[in-house]
Amino acid sequence: MQEHKIVAPILEFLLKSVVLILIALTGFAYTTLLERRFIARLQARIGPNRAGPQGLLQPVADGLKLIVKESITPALADKFVYFLAPAIAVVPALIVFAVIPFGSGPLFSLMGDLNIGVLYVLAVLSVGVYGAVLAGWASNNKYASLGGLRASAQMISYELAFGLSLVAVVLMASSASLNDIVKYQQPGNILGWLIFRQPIAAGIFAICAMAELARAPFDLVEAEQELTAGFLTEYGGMKFALFYMSEYVKMIAMSALFATFFLGGWSGPFVNEFPVLSLVYFAVKVLIGLLIIVWVRATLPRFRYDKLMAFGWKALLPLSLANVMLTALLIVLGVY
Amino acid sequence: MTSELIVFIVLAIISVLAAVGLLSSRNAVYAALFLILNFATVAVLYLMLNAPFLAIIQISVYAGAIMVLFLFVIMLLGAERLNQAAPQPGLRWQRPLAIGLGALLLIQAAYVFITRFNSTTVAPNLIQAGPMEIGLKLFGPYLLPFEVTSILLLVAIIGAVVLTREK
Repeated sequence: MQEHKIVAPILEFLLKSVVLILIALTGFAYTTLLERRFIARLQARIGPNRAGPQGLLQPVADGLKLIVKESITPALADKFVYFLAPAIAVVPALIVFAVIPFGSGPLFSLMGDLNIGVLYVLAVLSVGVYGAVLAGWASNNKYASLGGLRASAQMISYELAFGLSLVAVVLMASSASLNDIVKYQQPGNILGWLIFRQPIAAGIFAICAMAELARAPFDLVEAEQELTAGFLTEYGGMKFALFYMSEYVKMIAMSALFATFFLGGWSGPFVNEFPVLSLVYFAVKVLIGLLIIVWVRATLPRFRYDKLMAFGWKALLPLSLANVMLTALLIVLGVY
Repeated sequence: MTSELIVFIVLAIISVLAAVGLLSSRNAVYAALFLILNFATVAVLYLMLNAPFLAIIQISVYAGAIMVLFLFVIMLLGAERLNQAAPQPGLRWQRPLAIGLGALLLIQAAYVFITRFNSTTVAPNLIQAGPMEIGLKLFGPYLLPFEVTSILLLVAIIGAVVLTREK
């Protein structure tokens, strides 16, 4: 009896984790295709459409190519850290999904009810930067080092505003569990979504998420024109693929987090009658988020480095602090 | 209970080894990595003590923010190699002081260990120390120490600003 109590939950976690990782990896493969096709459309091109119908086999071809590439290690690199860095980059990107509720009910999330879910997200994302920093240092390459340095400075600058924008969300829902935040937004109409009740927090979160992803317009970490490829310069083959994977998996995670915090998560009409619908709603919201991330990349030019730092510290941080104070005040006054 | 003991022993070994690695590694980046590993194991120890909030804060503040800053400075200064030169003359008195204070800490730890050796309960009434409980404690009975700490941090920030101000 005692044994069943321990073994059954472990088995459940294990199964769910495997399914989650499979979904995240498939999502990664097809997000790359989505990005390439969508950006091509925005730039009046066609994009990769040769491998399979509509280019659907393109990710498979890319993966095969990266696997069979020759693995090169720079002679003066710090071998151990050089090989460790890609793994360190991938793990945080994958384990963020543990607290995201994908649908209604305990079946569709691993630990959605964790009472420190928001803090878990912040902790895991803040650890994620080590991949880029260590890769930059271990490669023993000037461009790579500069990329790593930029990554750490950028991450520290935007993490504060990122966390503070979530403080406002936690204040509103009076819970740090992601499932509770979704449930808080569920009743009533679409205006219950926090994007309408916390527009400033939603805007700050979106900008900081883009900066944490280090994607255009915040991609100074790998700015081609100045730094070759930044911390990625000395990486190729599967190790490069791992960094690539961490970026796209993180993209999906950020989109899922935005949907959870500000777009009502899995909630929607008829969710209580048909729980499976919640999965569909969530997937649609995540997909829209991904398309917007790609759209932003195709539209905006890159920040200048000093502008990026100034924007983080002098604009976003005070604004997010003011937003937290305003939210607290409105809650005390009983407006929310 | 036994499974908990096994987890504790494994964690303790990793934690001590990481601390030894931190002290003995000649490369500052490796020392920083060992310290991060040590912080991570301590976080899991907090988790075993029914303090998930503290565990997550340990990861996010120490491993996530402070150590990123440490690595940033190490890399920016290119100071990852320890030079073998003798300590600067002005800092000579620090070594005996460090030995004395270290010995004091060891004696204290040994005292606590010996006097509490047979007590099995960690805390008299075990509760999950979530964010709410910690918040109520911080802004209730521990308000004064909490505010004093914030003033201390503020002073440090002002000091940094004054030191780096252009003349």
